[in-house]
Amino acid sequence: MDATANLPPQTRGLTVTARRAAETLAISLGSVALSALLFSVFLLLLGKSPVQFFQLVWTGGFGSAFSIQNTLQRSAPIILTALAFAIPAIIGLTMIGAEGALVLGGFVAAITALPLIAAGAPPLVLLPLAAAAAMVTGAALIMLVGWLRHARSVNETISSLLLTYIAIATMNFFVEGIFRDPASANKPSTMPWGKENMVGAIPGTDVHWGLVAGAVLAVALWLLMSRTTFGFAARVTGGNPRAARAQGLPVGSIILTCTALSGACAGLAGFFEVAAIHGQANASLVAGYGFTGILVSFLARQNPLAIVPIAIVFGAIEASGGLIQRRMGLPDATSALLQGLIFVMLLASDALYGRLPLFREREGA
Amino acid sequence: MTLHTLNRRTLLKTGAAGIGAAMLPFGLPRLAAAQEALTIGVVYVGAKDDFGWNQAHAVAMEILKATPNVTVVEEENVPETDACAKSMESMINIDGAKLILGTSFGYYTPFMLDLAAKYPDVAFRHAAPLWKDSDPANAGSYFCYLNQAHYVDGVAAGLSSASGKIGFVAAKPIPSVLSNINSVLLGARSVRPDATVQVIFTGDWSMPVREAEAANALVDAGCDVLTCHVDGPKVVIETAEARGVKSCGHNASQAPLAPKGFITGAEYKWETIYTMYADMLAKGEALPNVVVGGYHNDMVRNTAYGAGATPEAIAAADAAIAGLKEGKPIYVGPLKDNAGNVVIDKTYDNYDPYLDGMNYLLEGVIGSIT
Repeated sequence: MDATANLPPQTRGLTVTARRAAETLAISLGSVALSALLFSVFLLLLGKSPVQFFQLVWTGGFGSAFSIQNTLQRSAPIILTALAFAIPAIIGLTMIGAEGALVLGGFVAAITALPLIAAGAPPLVLLPLAAAAAMVTGAALIMLVGWLRHARSVNETISSLLLTYIAIATMNFFVEGIFRDPASANKPSTMPWGKENMVGAIPGTDVHWGLVAGAVLAVALWLLMSRTTFGFAARVTGGNPRAARAQGLPVGSIILTCTALSGACAGLAGFFEVAAIHGQANASLVAGYGFTGILVSFLARQNPLAIVPIAIVFGAIEASGGLIQRRMGLPDATSALLQGLIFVMLLASDALYGRLPLFREREGA
Repeated sequence: MTLHTLNRRTLLKTGAAGIGAAMLPFGLPRLAAAQEALTIGVVYVGAKDDFGWNQAHAVAMEILKATPNVTVVEEENVPETDACAKSMESMINIDGAKLILGTSFGYYTPFMLDLAAKYPDVAFRHAAPLWKDSDPANAGSYFCYLNQAHYVDGVAAGLSSASGKIGFVAAKPIPSVLSNINSVLLGARSVRPDATVQVIFTGDWSMPVREAEAANALVDAGCDVLTCHVDGPKVVIETAEARGVKSCGHNASQAPLAPKGFITGAEYKWETIYTMYADMLAKGEALPNVVVGGYHNDMVRNTAYGAGATPEAIAAADAAIAGLKEGKPIYVGPLKDNAGNVVIDKTYDNYDPYLDGMNYLLEGVIGSIT
């Protein structure tokens, strides 16, 4: 009786959750508003109108059916690469190798499909196989980093970054060598799949199915990380690996599982770049989606569910970036500056958690 | 006024609230103004001021902007992914562009081809010789044979160099790059038979650190003139100037970067093509699917001679330009590659398709493509 009295009653648990959510929302929105304000000052110093700028962000990102599709299309790969960063981050690993897993996964998907296409396999057979090949490749790459971390204490940030360079160089080596389509003289590429073998658009839109895959995976991974015993063990590991080990948690297999999931997400992003966009592998796969994903995941505070809307906001900023260049004569770096400001503000705002009186837990509440 | 109403309707429909309506007063005047003029959209893969490939196009667009009734909308740093398709589509849907110029190799397949099929009323032109008869009729290619201007670079470099050793920093061993390297060699050898070109490939189009390393290595190897074929030659030219050797440019004018050692440079003259397109569209004429050229039709040029060019070099280079304008061939066969195999069996015209498949370095070039 005495022991349970010390536990918070059910209602109190709910208010704590609600208060935490409100705190996160308020601090995040506040930082975004503050970055927008700072950015407006910067625009005014340049003699440009902030009002026009934000109107153009709206027009270019959400202002018409075309703009919305443009935004969603751009956010599709970012959702997957953000998940690839978020899952290892939950167990305390700063894994920045999604770019490499995306590129290598895309390349392996591109060449896996070729013999199947030659053998006359229908898209319903070859696409899942190519996707699986991409996910296995991405998973293997990031698992290697996880294994090095666990078994050899190699810093995962450095090794995942360096493996990204190796992955890109490997792709280039094969694309410029034995897997080169002889017709691709000035831009070495693998043999094209042909439109009939590619992933189409979601009916009624221009947006490819990678968006749906990203959203579904985001929900699935959120459930896994927040509603299962595995997710609980992973979060404990992220909080304190030594304590987790002392509790008898299988830290090694948790690390390998999470890094495999991470690499599979990035590899899947690579699959969609090949299967829905390029129809072949070439240097265009190296588009920086893996690195944008890090930013999105940070802003989502590694919450898989929050990644989806934040990736869409980033898609909108990118989608409207062109319109801003065209209408306001601002350089391309302007959008990057805004993204950077938001990033710095959100990171700085981390210091505010637990300090705002409004959201602080009161004694006896 | 169909465009006007369409945009207004779309805005009202999707704005779904006051935000859409609030934008109308700001959005519409621009749209109304845009439709009176011909709007041309151009997409660059890098920065417009890269002292290279993109700047060469941007300089031409600045000239086009001065044309009455022509509005130019530009986007820089657009990657060769679906982002380029979306940028182009946005120019068509939001700005009303009637001609889309894609200036990076990877924009064409599949992005510009798909858009050409989707928007049959818009003309799409791409800056590489890729258009085929089976491609959409509203798509097309334009390209300039820059190797002709590199040949002139070679002539001027050969007579401005003390050692006869020219260094070449190259991106990738693909035909258009190899042709420029070989043309520099043939130009230099036309005035100095013992001239050599030493080449280092960096492996990619924009690798500033490796370009600097390659430039330094070439100077250390005894080269006293440097030139290059990378997207932005700034680093190579500045390194040459800092090391006290001469330089020849590529793509756009790099003369301001090397006040002491600049000889001349191979430059595109895209404005010849762009103003021709604008004139034809203004008259309502259909654009040709393929436009290629070089010195004979004013599509390439050499940068004004810098302090590094000797008087003999200037005279010989001017003569070489006059020869190219009359169609004098660069590849006078038979020619061997640097492994001793005859790779060019006879004399080829400067536009002969046989040369487009070049996959060798000629005898006199020090370096390897593998």
